Amino acid sequence: MEIKVLGTGCAKCKSLEKLTNEAITELGITATVEKVEDILKIMQFGVMSTPALVIDKKVMFSGRLPSAAELKEIILKNQ
Amino acid sequence: MENEKFKIAGENWQIWLPVLLLPVWWLVYKNLGVAADWFVFSLLGMTKGTHLAEALWFFVFEFPKVMLLLTLIIFFVGIIRTFFTPERTRKALEGKKTFTGNVMASSLGIVTPFCSCSAIPLFLGFVESGIPLGVTFSFLIAAPMINEVAVILLYGMFGWKVAAIYVGTGLVIAIFAGWVIGLFKLEKWVEPWVYEMHVGNGGEEEKLTFKHRILRGYKAVKEIVGKVWLYVALGILVGAGAHGYVPEDFMAALMGKSAWYSVPLSVLIGIPLYSNAAGIVPIVSVLIEKGASLGTALAFMMSVIGLSLPEMVILRKVLKLPLIFTFIGVVGTGILIVGFLFNAIF
Repeated sequence: MEIKVLGTGCAKCKSLEKLTNEAITELGITATVEKVEDILKIMQFGVMSTPALVIDKKVMFSGRLPSAAELKEIILKNQ
Repeated sequence: MENEKFKIAGENWQIWLPVLLLPVWWLVYKNLGVAADWFVFSLLGMTKGTHLAEALWFFVFEFPKVMLLLTLIIFFVGIIRTFFTPERTRKALEGKKTFTGNVMASSLGIVTPFCSCSAIPLFLGFVESGIPLGVTFSFLIAAPMINEVAVILLYGMFGWKVAAIYVGTGLVIAIFAGWVIGLFKLEKWVEPWVYEMHVGNGGEEEKLTFKHRILRGYKAVKEIVGKVWLYVALGILVGAGAHGYVPEDFMAALMGKSAWYSVPLSVLIGIPLYSNAAGIVPIVSVLIEKGASLGTALAFMMSVIGLSLPEMVILRKVLKLPLIFTFIGVVGTGILIVGFLFNAIF
């Protein structure tokens, strides 16, 4: 699976990237995690508030940082 | 499967906890005055009427009071906000005529989650989907100025009337400033690349259960109260010191009603000053106590919170300088009018 973390550079965006990487390691899932910082590319997903998480080109959520447990739940559901 | 335990994030007791805590909250809140009396005058044995005792009592009473209010209301605001995403707000504003659009954008600005770091993507998203520039500005003015922390603190330290006046006048400023900016037809001062980019449609919306929304309430409390408590403490500390030691009419000459220039001066000083509501409200409360008039204090506060330099710097990425100055000019004028009006009425 292909995961993208959208975020310009706010503190929450960095936390989401870190949490996502940790979640994948803990769940033992093979996935690529890419951080998208370019605002133009972020806008192409139609996201208006960061951080946002995109799994396989689908926006999962935007404008918030979920808890580690919730993030795992989201990743597992969209495997 | 191992995966089972990840199925639901959060425990069931987290839904019931607020119901159990509410009576406790109420009891504590209602007895803060008694507790502060006991702490300062009995436990510490201080004498009523001394400067130090007055200052200490002010802090011991006001700080827990404001923190209790913040925690309770932010919890509910966090839940309510799960219903108002920026994406939904954008959809609601699409195709709206000016003025109706300005009114809606300003009102939605209050409830839609907003931080200055997401001002750019919001601006791009709005303008791209055809929402007029003036309507977009109404949103961008209301969202930071009328925020829940400001309103809660105003309620806690001044009562509901001043809080309502702040929300009401803030709304009027956001509506009319956006409307005026719309009349000027300033699209030429938006960076041209804004209109050339392609914006996606955001995909499906998240489906949230009741439990998810409750958990968001907790999250909001943790994030917002965790961030502002220090500013609240510092603001009230300064307030407590002034409450105890500064003479009653200290600010009357400088910020009182008779000094007409105090309103424009407060607005000018407020623009570069950057503080969040949590720090500024306790200080404003002392300014008023020490003789500043309501209109002047209100203008100062709106200028500090509503017109912030960091936000202008962020907006410079999408707006040319003349538009930024127009923005500051129009909003500043609105704040001035509110300041003069309230000085004249009260």
